[in-house]
Amino acid sequence: MSEQIEMAKAAIEKNCRLNDIDVNLGQLQLSVEPANLIQVIDFVKNDQSCEFKQITDIAGVDFPENEKRFEVIYHFLSFGFNLRLRVKTQISESESLPSITSIFPAANWFEREAFDMYGITFTDHPDLRRILTDYGFEGYPLRKDFPLTGNVEIRYDEIDKKIVHEPVKLQQDFRNFDIQSPWEGTKYLDKEAKESE
Amino acid sequence: MAINTNIEETSPELERLKKLYADKGFVVTSINNLINWARTGSLHWMTFGLACCAVEMMHVGTPRYDVERFGAAPRASPRHADVLIVAGTLTNKMAAALRKAYDQMPEPRYVISMGSCANGGGYYHYSYSVVRGCDRIIPVDVYVPGCPPTAEGLLYGLLQLQKKIRREGNIKR
Repeated sequence: MSEQIEMAKAAIEKNCRLNDIDVNLGQLQLSVEPANLIQVIDFVKNDQSCEFKQITDIAGVDFPENEKRFEVIYHFLSFGFNLRLRVKTQISESESLPSITSIFPAANWFEREAFDMYGITFTDHPDLRRILTDYGFEGYPLRKDFPLTGNVEIRYDEIDKKIVHEPVKLQQDFRNFDIQSPWEGTKYLDKEAKESE
Repeated sequence: MAINTNIEETSPELERLKKLYADKGFVVTSINNLINWARTGSLHWMTFGLACCAVEMMHVGTPRYDVERFGAAPRASPRHADVLIVAGTLTNKMAAALRKAYDQMPEPRYVISMGSCANGGGYYHYSYSVVRGCDRIIPVDVYVPGCPPTAEGLLYGLLQLQKKIRREGNIKR
């Protein structure tokens, strides 16, 4: 398998304009500029030594502190060589990415999801609208600056006989319980360890 | 309907009638009792499975728990159903559909809210996309706690609903 990774890596390095290429835990990882994205993805799909014929997912990440705020990660699978590939690219809030639906039709809904959750726009997408959130939803829920509980909540109005949207009014605020959870990492154990030393 | 629903069930007149017909192949009872018997004995439920609670709701229908011995059978259409079981997380996007399903049910209709999510949002209480309890959308008769409740839990909830119907049910609404 490592032989195939090296072959694919060599072919990509030779033919694509990349920022970075890397093999991490047996998986290829590329970093590209948005302008080169279409060329790179078209190449890894059709090249004889890559054959990344299936798109697994498109993921978005929000780094509010970065100048280019959003990172978009494309995941591909090669049946022919049993390989997986990640392609990363960064854009700022005002930029948009080229849609890859012309290469991978399956990317249609993934890009819609990225648009729905992060507000990342894709140029030349055939049908870029929300996919998961409520009809008429406002905001992008997976952005770091989106409040956990959102801005509106719903209830059925008995007088108007319809479902109405209202600003969120919580009976009890969200509390981050500081309990000794094995998932959070226990602090008392660290203290005990220090004392015993 | 011109039926006296306030007849005293222990009146001497009724006792006399009961005695008179007891061994002649007739049963004498009040119309209220008859209606309650019919209503509690055929609680067809509309399956509104939204999440993992739906799996426990399926178990209730299987021969092990056998909810059909209480006359309850799953119905796919709200127009056939007497009781709506909201089993799972109700999201904002689904709320309109739930209300629509409820509005199509014929009277008398009952609602069982099953599991933490349907009762009050549960694990997703602080989420931006989840209704904090399905009683914000439709009136609920019985709340079954649990995450998810066991099949026995839901069965007990159904029996509680029967009890409630027996307590307050009559032909007047």
